[in-house]
Amino acid sequence: MNLGKYLTIYKKFLHTSLASELEYKANILVDLITAILSLVGSIFLLSIFFQNSGYIGGWKFEQALIIQAIYTILNGITNTWFNPNLTEIVKHIREGTLDFVLLKPIDSQFFISLKKLNPSGFLEIMLGFFLLFFCIRINQINLNLSFVTLSLVTISCSICILYSLWFFISTTTIWFVKTWNAIEVLRSFLYIGRFPLNSFSFSLRIFFSVFIPIAFITTIPSEVFLGLSQLWKILLEVIVALVFLITSRKFWLFALKFYSSASS
Amino acid sequence: MISNLINRKIFTLLKVQYSNMLEYRVEIALWAISGIIPFFMLNIWTNNNLNESINISDILLSRYFLCAFFVRQFSVVWVVFSFEEDSLMGKVSPYLIQPLNPFFRYFAQHLAEQITRFPFALIIAFFFFIINPESLWIPNLSILLLSIVSTFLSFLIQFLIQSIIACLCFWTEKASSIERLLFIPTLFLSGLLAPVVSFPAYVKSWIYLTPFPYLIDFPANLMSGNETNISGGLGMQILWIFLLYPLFKKIWSEGTKKYTAMGS
Repeated sequence: MNLGKYLTIYKKFLHTSLASELEYKANILVDLITAILSLVGSIFLLSIFFQNSGYIGGWKFEQALIIQAIYTILNGITNTWFNPNLTEIVKHIREGTLDFVLLKPIDSQFFISLKKLNPSGFLEIMLGFFLLFFCIRINQINLNLSFVTLSLVTISCSICILYSLWFFISTTTIWFVKTWNAIEVLRSFLYIGRFPLNSFSFSLRIFFSVFIPIAFITTIPSEVFLGLSQLWKILLEVIVALVFLITSRKFWLFALKFYSSASS
Repeated sequence: MISNLINRKIFTLLKVQYSNMLEYRVEIALWAISGIIPFFMLNIWTNNNLNESINISDILLSRYFLCAFFVRQFSVVWVVFSFEEDSLMGKVSPYLIQPLNPFFRYFAQHLAEQITRFPFALIIAFFFFIINPESLWIPNLSILLLSIVSTFLSFLIQFLIQSIIACLCFWTEKASSIERLLFIPTLFLSGLLAPVVSFPAYVKSWIYLTPFPYLIDFPANLMSGNETNISGGLGMQILWIFLLYPLFKKIWSEGTKKYTAMGS
């Protein structure tokens, strides 16, 4: 694989999608307000939970805010990269234009996962980082090298898991053609990533760590920030992320064998 | 004669849309599943004993969230997304020639979808009662009828609001981002994630003047047998419909004058 070639291509992708998205400037402003309101809303909801109780699932309000911050960053990444590209896959398959992608002399998964970009998600990512730095201050977390590396590793693993989940569902489009609603189901499940895993009952906790690993996506990185996480949890997250990435890749290659174009 | 004609039109529209929706029953089932967020919230509430502070017993709270789930299922509106797509594809032009406001078509689509969705919602409720058998109850007939009426009114309010936004498509191509913005207060203030009773006083002082608590909180309280002001709630719902309907009429007649038949 030629890395330089892929970098050049990615620059072109960036250029074209930014150019087309900046056509709708007012839209970007509306999206920014939406992101801010949605963060305010979830903090409001969290404050309702905490108004008569100091701890939820063993987390203080200030600590639970870290989860919100990480969720916001990840949601921004989803809106910037995963959502616009993977909704495109559905369109490619339904209209048969996936043929053109497969004919190109580059990796089809690369093309399909990174072609588009929605700049309004950047603002959400920034918003998340602001909140995260605020949380680091109010929780009096010491920044040192090992801590920064660990948190970067866990957050990148979360991104990989999230990407694989999205890519998994989009791949099933090859068989089911319409998967919009499956994505909605995933979105609603991801919503619980806004809250500490320990605040749910035991059976739900099992469900969200074994079947859909939402627990890994936000709770473990937040625990790293608070210095609560044990090493085995971080290792487990790395393994889960690797397994998810490899399976989603294998699954895509497997699914392509069943792709039979449209209207031909 | 005239009413007969209208009846026939509505009946035909409903029949066509119902058979259309039946084709997509898998998607509708998935969509019904994506509405289970209230149950996750219930889990947080009861698992952390948060309901003690607002004086609602576990059983009443679980009934509240079940009803919130039901009300949400039967008041989901997506007219802005359909209309945006139709107007971008130029499909609105033939609809405008017909002697029937195109919004009747969307209205029938929503009603047909609700009929298709009903059995799936019942299945989810059935599982809910298997897990929480103690919260099973039978509301008396008049309360049940009233809550069905208020759920329908809530659906009407949301349908009118979204139709007004959809009409903005005549001026801007992407009206759906405004809808996504408006969805945020609907999500957090309607009572889907937390009953309005639990909101802090500074929110409760003004929230009853907005349409939001009448969308989910009021019908859900009514159905689940929680305390609520029945005549006041129904009155406010009707008042909002009377406020929104002329606005829709106005923006529709202004918009159709601006219409420039895209894509044809």
